[in-house]
Order: sequence, then C-alpha cells, then structure tokens
Amino acid sequence: MRTIAFREALREAMSEEMRRDERVFLMGEEVAEYNGAYKVSQGMLAEFGPKRVIDTPISELGFTAVGVGAAQNGLRPVVEFMTWNFAVLALDQILNTASKMLAMSGGQISCPIVFRGGNGSAGQLGAQHSTAFESYFANIPGIKVVSPSNPYDAKGLLKQAIRYEEDPVMFMESEVLYGDKGEIPEEEYYIPLGKADIKRQGRDVTIVSFNKMMKVALGAAAELEKEGISAEVIDLRTIKPLDWQTILESVKKTNRLVIVEEQWPFASISSEISYRIQKEGFDYLDAPIRRITSADAPMHYAPNLAALAIPDVSRTVKLVKEVMYLKK
Amino acid sequence: MATKFSKETYLYWYELMQLIRQFELKAEEMYKMAGKIRGFFHAYIGQEAIAAGCMTATTPDDPFITGYRDHGLALSKGTSPNACMAELYGKATGCAKGKGGSMHFFDVKNKFFGGHGIVGAQIGTGTGLAFAEKYKGTNNVVLTFFGDGAARQGILHESFNLAMLWKLPIVFICENNNYAMGTSVERTSNVIDIYKLADAYEMPADQADGMSAEAVHESIARAVKRAREGDGPTLIEMKTYRYKGHSISDPQKYRSKEEVDEYKEQDPINKVIKTILDNNFATTADLNEIDTKISAVVEASVKFAEESPWPDDSEVLKDVYADASTPLTVD
Repeated sequence: MRTIAFREALREAMSEEMRRDERVFLMGEEVAEYNGAYKVSQGMLAEFGPKRVIDTPISELGFTAVGVGAAQNGLRPVVEFMTWNFAVLALDQILNTASKMLAMSGGQISCPIVFRGGNGSAGQLGAQHSTAFESYFANIPGIKVVSPSNPYDAKGLLKQAIRYEEDPVMFMESEVLYGDKGEIPEEEYYIPLGKADIKRQGRDVTIVSFNKMMKVALGAAAELEKEGISAEVIDLRTIKPLDWQTILESVKKTNRLVIVEEQWPFASISSEISYRIQKEGFDYLDAPIRRITSADAPMHYAPNLAALAIPDVSRTVKLVKEVMYLKK
Repeated sequence: MATKFSKETYLYWYELMQLIRQFELKAEEMYKMAGKIRGFFHAYIGQEAIAAGCMTATTPDDPFITGYRDHGLALSKGTSPNACMAELYGKATGCAKGKGGSMHFFDVKNKFFGGHGIVGAQIGTGTGLAFAEKYKGTNNVVLTFFGDGAARQGILHESFNLAMLWKLPIVFICENNNYAMGTSVERTSNVIDIYKLADAYEMPADQADGMSAEAVHESIARAVKRAREGDGPTLIEMKTYRYKGHSISDPQKYRSKEEVDEYKEQDPINKVIKTILDNNFATTADLNEIDTKISAVVEASVKFAEESPWPDDSEVLKDVYADASTPLTVD
C-alpha cells in the first residue's frame, strides 16, 4: 500500500469529490493561489480553476455566510478555516443559520456544508491560536463533528462528509498532524460518520481519545504494555454523533475507563462520555471514570507551560494506574 | 393623464398591499384580543409598497430573503394566507410546520428563503444564495432585505465586499423605517444616509421612496437589470415607515403620534387608490369588491388556522438533521 501525508489524504478526498460532483467547491483564506496555508489544497487551483477553488479575504463571518447560503441554495461547499480559532468570528452563521434552518423551516432547507481546518494547540502559539473546539460545536443540535487522528481515517471521513452528509459537518484537523504519513489504498473508500474505531485491543483498561491526543493514548498503551497492563484504545473519529456503544462494549470487558482529550474540562467530550457510560454501564465499572483534559486556563506561551497544559503520555500512564489501583 | 405603469400593475399592487395589511391587522387582533398567537410579532404595515414594487420588478424565480419582519414578503412571494396564519398559530399546516413562528416564515418552493431572527445575518446568507445562482449559471437575482438597524452590523460590510469582489447577482434592500427598535437612525451612526455605505465598496447605490410602489419598482428594476447583466450588486435604501411598533409589545415612547400621522398621509395604499380612481382603472365599488374578497381570504385563514392540528408531539425531535437516522442525545 502507498504511504501519503495527512494533508495529501485531505487533498485527495476533496479532489476526488470535486471531480465527481460539480456542486462541490473549496473556499477559504489562501486556499487557491498560495496553495493552502498548510498546503492542504496544493495544486487544486491548477486542476479545478478559480471558479471552484476560491481565495477569500480575511472575512470569516462573510465567507462562512456565503458558504451557508450557497449550501441552502443547491451547492455543496467545503469551507476551510485557517484554524478553528478564527471560526469563532463566524459562529453566528454556523449556530444561528446553518444548524437551525432545517428546523426553523420545518424541514425545507438543509445545509450540506463541510467546514474544515486545523484545531487545538500546535506548539507555542499562545492563547488565541490554541483552542480545541470539538465540545463547542458538538453541543449544537443539527451539527456533526468529526476529528480524525490519521490520514486513512481523515480521507474516508472527509469523502463521506462531502458526498453523503446532508447536514453541516465540522471537520477538525490539526496543524501538527498534517505531515504525518499513513497507508492509503489506491481504491476509493468511505468511512461512515458516527463509528468509533478500536485502534488497539486490550483487556485491563479502556482509553478513549481522538485527533492528535490519540498519540498520547497509544503512547500510554505502549508504555503500559511494558508493565504488563493491556489497554484497549478507542479512537472516536466522530465526536457527534457519539459512538458511545463501542465505548460501553469495551468497558464491559475492561471495567475501567480513562478519557484523554484536548478540550478544556468543563462540559467537555469526556463529560458527556462519563455521563453516558455511568448511566448505561454503571454495573460494569470497577473504578471511577477518569480523564485528562487541557488545563482549565488559556494556553500560555512558555514551553514548559504549554507542555503542562495538554495531556501527555506519562500523566496518562499514571492515571491508568490509578484507576487500576496499582499505585498512586 | 398617462400613468407610469399599466392598469393591471396598479390593481395588482392594490390587491397585494391590501392583502398584507388586512392579514396583519387580523393577525394582530388574534394576537392581542384572542391570545391565539404568541412570541415576537413584527408588523410590516406601512412598508407594503416595498414588497409590491419588488414583486413587479422581479420574476417568481428570483429568491427573496429577509429578517424577522417577514409576513409581507412571504405573502408577496405566494405563500398562502392559510399557511401564514397557521404558522403564526404554531399549527402543523403552517408554512414551516409550526416550527418557525412569526419571525421564521419559509417557503422554498416559492423562493422565499425566510424569515431570519439575528439582525443582519440574512445579508450574508443572501449573499451566499446569490453566489449559488451565479455558480449554477442561472439568470436569477437574489433580493436581500434588511432594516436600518441591520445596516450597523459587521456582516453588512463583509457581504458588500464579497458581493462586489465576485460581482454577485444580488440587490441589497435596506428598508429604512427610521427606527432600529427604539433607536432612531440618527442615534446609530454618523452616516444617516444608509445608501452611502455602499460607496466604500464602489457599489452602485440609490435611495428610493419606499412609500411609493412606483418608485420602488423603478429602482429595483434598474438594480435587477444590472445584476442580470452580470454587473453585480446594488444597494437600494428604501425610505419607509412602520405604523406599528417595532414589535407587538412596543409602547413606542420614542416617537410622537404626530410623526406617525404625518407618515400615514403618504400611505402607499392610498397613493395607489388615488392613481386607480384618477385614471378610471376601477371604481370605488370595484375596490370595495377586492376588499371584500381579501377580507374573506383573511377570515378563511383564521378558520383554517383554528381548525388545523398542532404538530404531533413526535415532531420535537424531528427536522434536526436532514439525515433523520442520525442519533440524537436522548436520556
């Protein structure tokens, strides 16, 4: 199988769907002539031309509104945010128009649109470029949230979102994953939304994560294995709808659950998972559900503070041992 | 005396404007007297000439999108009074299945794209509708309506910029009725001629008498022609006036009764009546007959709304996702 980078997987997904369907177009800051701020859309202007690969001014609310209106009038836009931190300027159009129009119109107007871009922290970028937004958007009825961890999943999920989803999809990538390589088959494939994936089988504890924190989860599992602890690692892939059934089935086997995520802690994805699993799987739990999230603070610049603010392998290993009552 | 438009046009304007006014007067009665309608309710009364003139200057394929003062434009685009009244009642037979209410009328078959409650948001969404028309290569022009209050939102500037940059087929129509809720135009900006906001984007712009269906038609026809020919957007500021408060609960302490009465002397319906009678397009008896017909239609819409069922309880979790198989978070 061939190996390509995460950014190329995203590009293939968009390009394949644009070749298939004239209604699909890409719009965003620097996506065309600059070939993408993170080179995700490299070469797409050359292939599809300026009608379908469209540079916008720095005008998030404006071009988001254009995408939403276009989706409601028969097109299937892909809108790139250079980072999801900038999408906050466009939240009115996403929350008040894109997510609600189907309901408000009594089912007349759907909004098949994909918003995508880098999400979460990416090194020492300071407070305003480092927020992880999955929980914000997952809170909104009518919206789907995807947050892949590897090139294979990213391609299949993005193709699915563009071609088959009739509702707004928030597609959360990561600046620090764009260069990651992964195996991608030559043949076309799609991955349905709403299905978690067990990336590593185990029997002693379940670790749930998504996006770049999957590296922490898998890294912790590898460390734990050295000490004879078998961790099952689940990659959510889609945040909403949440595939809690896969988590529950794993917890029925391991009886212990640790969640690793980059969200701030309050009302986060781990909050929702913890609620659901205690409700559906109370009798299967041998320990309280625990989690590691980002620190409940804006992210600071200094390297030690930036590192402390997000989950890491050693703290995850320690937490797993706590839920296994091995040592404090 | 030669008139600018045909007899049929004046009679169409008369009938449409009377329908809007009688419908809203009745709806207001059902709200205040009968308690049948709830929520925010923003009357279009006084502004009907804008809807009338825009209708004759466009085709049925041209999409309309507006803010929450939306009853008049929905009725104009062809949404049935029955469906409109039922929507105000919150009934399943409403134009949004009882899920929208007064502020959120929708009728996509008739190219009415709502009915939007966040002041000014539809300026951007309408720009997107126009983007799609151009992308698809249609000949349609989008009419995007908003008030003087919305003209102070940032989305207006981003939309103007993008619409000019991409020469989108759109007419931005500011229905300047002098008040953003209770705040007069003079109190919202140093720039009180709203059409001048287009200058920053080199967008053609004009001011028109929004109390005259003739003036509205002429200004919109020019703008629509420009858009259809591929020359992009236009901003038209319609100087108009609402006779009623901002919403049904507005005590209107910010303006005098004399001011309201002064505007009522320019009433758009009376103007059309005068033209019709002066030119013998119809007799007073003929107009009375139209009134009687409209009155029957409005009464029937109340009966229809009264007799219609509420949405089924199961609808509470429907129309959330277009893909109805999407699981919701349910405890």
